[in-house]
Amino acid sequence: MTQLLEHPAKSSTAIGLSVDRVDAREKLAGSAEYTGDLHPPSMLYGAVLRSQFAHAEIESIDTTGAEATDGVIAVLTGDDLTDLDPYYGHALRDRPIIAIGKVRFVGEPIAVVAAKSQTIADAALSAIDVSYRMLPHATTLDRALAPDAPLVHEGPVRPGLAHGLGKLPEREGNVCYRYGFSFGDVDAAFARAAVVVDDEYVFPAVYQYSMETHTTIAHHRGREITVWSSCQHPFLVRQEISELFEVPLDDVRVIVPYLGGGFGSKSYTKMEPLAVAISRKAGLPVRIMNRVDESMVTTRRHNMKCRMRTAASAEGQLLGRVVEMWLDTGAYADNGPRVTATAGDAGPGPYRWEAVDVKARCVYTNTSPAGSYRAFGATHLQWIGESQVDEVARRLGLDRVEIRRANLLPRGGQVRPGAKGLDADLVGDVEKVAAALDWSSPRPQNRGVGLSVGLLAAGAHPVSMATVRLGADGGVTVLVGTTELGQGARTVMGQIAAEVLGLPASRVVVRGTDTSYTPYDRSTGASRSTTVAGKAVEDAATQVLEELIKTAEMALGVERHELVVSEGRITGGGAAMTYEELIERRFGLKGGELIGQGHVGPRGGSGGFADGPVFWEVCIGGAEVEVDPETGVVTVLRVSTVADVGKAINPLLVRRQDEGAVMQGIGNALFEEMRFSEDGLLLNDTLLDYRIPSFEDLPPSMSCTIVENEDGPGPFGAKGCGEGALAALPAAIVNALADAGVHMSELPLTPERVWEKIQSAQRIRKNDSKEERYQ
Amino acid sequence: MSTMITATINGRRFRGEVEDNELLIDFLREDLGLIGARQSCEVEVCGSCTVLVDGLPVSSCCYLACDLDGKVVETIEGVVGTAFHEVLADAFVRHAAVQCGYCTPAMVLTAKSLLDDERLTDEESLRRAMRGNLCRCTGYRAILDALMDVMGSGRVAEAGSGR
Repeated sequence: MTQLLEHPAKSSTAIGLSVDRVDAREKLAGSAEYTGDLHPPSMLYGAVLRSQFAHAEIESIDTTGAEATDGVIAVLTGDDLTDLDPYYGHALRDRPIIAIGKVRFVGEPIAVVAAKSQTIADAALSAIDVSYRMLPHATTLDRALAPDAPLVHEGPVRPGLAHGLGKLPEREGNVCYRYGFSFGDVDAAFARAAVVVDDEYVFPAVYQYSMETHTTIAHHRGREITVWSSCQHPFLVRQEISELFEVPLDDVRVIVPYLGGGFGSKSYTKMEPLAVAISRKAGLPVRIMNRVDESMVTTRRHNMKCRMRTAASAEGQLLGRVVEMWLDTGAYADNGPRVTATAGDAGPGPYRWEAVDVKARCVYTNTSPAGSYRAFGATHLQWIGESQVDEVARRLGLDRVEIRRANLLPRGGQVRPGAKGLDADLVGDVEKVAAALDWSSPRPQNRGVGLSVGLLAAGAHPVSMATVRLGADGGVTVLVGTTELGQGARTVMGQIAAEVLGLPASRVVVRGTDTSYTPYDRSTGASRSTTVAGKAVEDAATQVLEELIKTAEMALGVERHELVVSEGRITGGGAAMTYEELIERRFGLKGGELIGQGHVGPRGGSGGFADGPVFWEVCIGGAEVEVDPETGVVTVLRVSTVADVGKAINPLLVRRQDEGAVMQGIGNALFEEMRFSEDGLLLNDTLLDYRIPSFEDLPPSMSCTIVENEDGPGPFGAKGCGEGALAALPAAIVNALADAGVHMSELPLTPERVWEKIQSAQRIRKNDSKEERYQ
Repeated sequence: MSTMITATINGRRFRGEVEDNELLIDFLREDLGLIGARQSCEVEVCGSCTVLVDGLPVSSCCYLACDLDGKVVETIEGVVGTAFHEVLADAFVRHAAVQCGYCTPAMVLTAKSLLDDERLTDEESLRRAMRGNLCRCTGYRAILDALMDVMGSGRVAEAGSGR
């Protein structure tokens, strides 16, 4: 048996091979279906009236004009939800399905129109009259944290159904969640420091921009609710819909077609409750398809301010770090508490410290809600921590690779108290990045090179199930709840099943999720699919293999240790049987199927995160940049990343994940920023004003090294990837820019901001030299 | 108000009335069921709704259906199955240049309008020519690798991408 389940690389049928993506051809043909391509019979089109004000009481809503419009079937307001407890939120149950008595941000849904066409629905919105009474607002972190700040929420904190954060603390003012940890004697560490770097930092709000906007079709029919949605976590959506509308889980069906990108923006519950609520009133299926400006105020990345202090000895030993951070989660918590905890975990960086103190705060403001975006937390903190490590090196005259080599955590080292030890070789990773950048080569003026390394608590709550079915024709179907959002999940899940069964990946089909038939999977995010859901697929396929072997033992009349599995057949005792023949023998007809079930749960079934994370995702990359001192324009010339993935199930897809993350990192670092007015209005709410990277921003040189130490908890030693490079790139670029002489403490690195910094640095230098002259 | 138009859409003659304010993307997707043109930014920036009108890429989100009169329209559905599409699709698959796929048909169509352009001699000129098509997943490297592969090989010319 053992020999059958080992997977020596040489006989690999699917793992480690860059097999073609299973979804590529239909996507290239334009025939792949996304939610917006579906048309259930009698589907209506929804349009959402959104608040124009950041904080106001709703005195009255008059919908009679809209209701009287030809083609309008129903209009929904908060008054329609009095028979429900209409609050949801997986972390904090703080959000009404639609505004009830009050709006808390510009863009909050106030009313929904369902009509026979999108044009009619959109036009009817202007026939709704809303009368507001203004309330004082807190649209920035500073205003929300002021002692006399207006409160965004009042009343007790209600825990959401999937927060996974233990006992939630009480709200303090607008601070809705606090996270922190410390160890060692911070005062003592700083007292014996030769160098202390101490600065304040600002990170902007960023829009994920999945090209497909949030799109949901809901049909509330009798006791049954069907939802087609562009959602990453269908099972969590099902659970929240079930609770909100008081319908048993089994009567809620969530179907997920292809997603046009996610990047975290479609994690947890987004437009689904609103779509179900309007469908409940209209009695027909209703589609809500956000415009980009609507998706921008549906979710975003947290903006943040941070103060960090790093202490080091004269020899360059890192001694202590103190971090305080405040993350702006907007008007509703969404995933803010988890983002805050993950940011806290990223605070110390992957170093051996004598003492650390981390305090992270999640803060309500009267702006649009913030949630998940690829590599959250790590992206927020890595550029800050890594720029301080570079600054220590600079002040002590040490090489920046050397200081990391001397201080990085070893394998098994403590990342934070109570968490899993480090499961990677970081020094090896740093050396690979540096080598790819010709680290020590001299560079012309205005050029610099930088690298960064960090860790992202990955895997989320590790609960995934999978079913593998081997059919009578020898083909395999995998049912697994991982969402294909572009990352290649269906391809990789197929490869894992194929490998176990000794088949080529082309014999395996992986379908999209339908919660009525697909086994439970907690979520698609936190780089968990390959590691957690993949493990469930591996287990399920192994069960199928076991059934095949049992059948072969009987059919061939030999013991299992004499059997050899290869190329879709089992050989033993001088005979061979194909899987088709084995199934026929088993059931006595050309039919039936062998089914395996796999499941993954947290160790001991604790349900807690005490011994998490599932793995530490390595966030590492380097960049070479050039700055034009006349204009402040920063150009990325070269990028190098390491994908420390344990085992690359599909090496080409790993590399392509890193490249995509790199480009998002460049956008986050150089120009992406959601700008809000004093009154909380999003100023750049179209792609005309909110720029994302284009072909022209592609660095001329990019390299990705895949490291396979088989040290992950997933199948074949794999661990997740695809987020780390996004956290690493802004940090690498900030450090490269500092190497070129410009030290920045606010992102993004817009030309204006960089130019101002260069100018002010020159003024300081001039003043210094004047002072010297007059002394 | 509506207008009678005659146009050639994916090689077939279309004659019918369209509303004067109907956008090309809605006409294609809702009236003709040609879903390969994807809606995203709605302001002619992202390029995901690209189709070819008289051989040139246009953003169907900002083009009126009534302006099609007398014109030739190609959508991804009309290009699938041609030798050009096969060559390019093979290259996209080989280089894993497809992720979520939302931008992919538009990338293919823009490439179709470009790949027989003799001025596109190197990666830099190709990047400039493709800049009107955004992709958030791939980071562009894979798509560029696929396009360069096909351009360099002369296989597109053999397959006859010519307009």
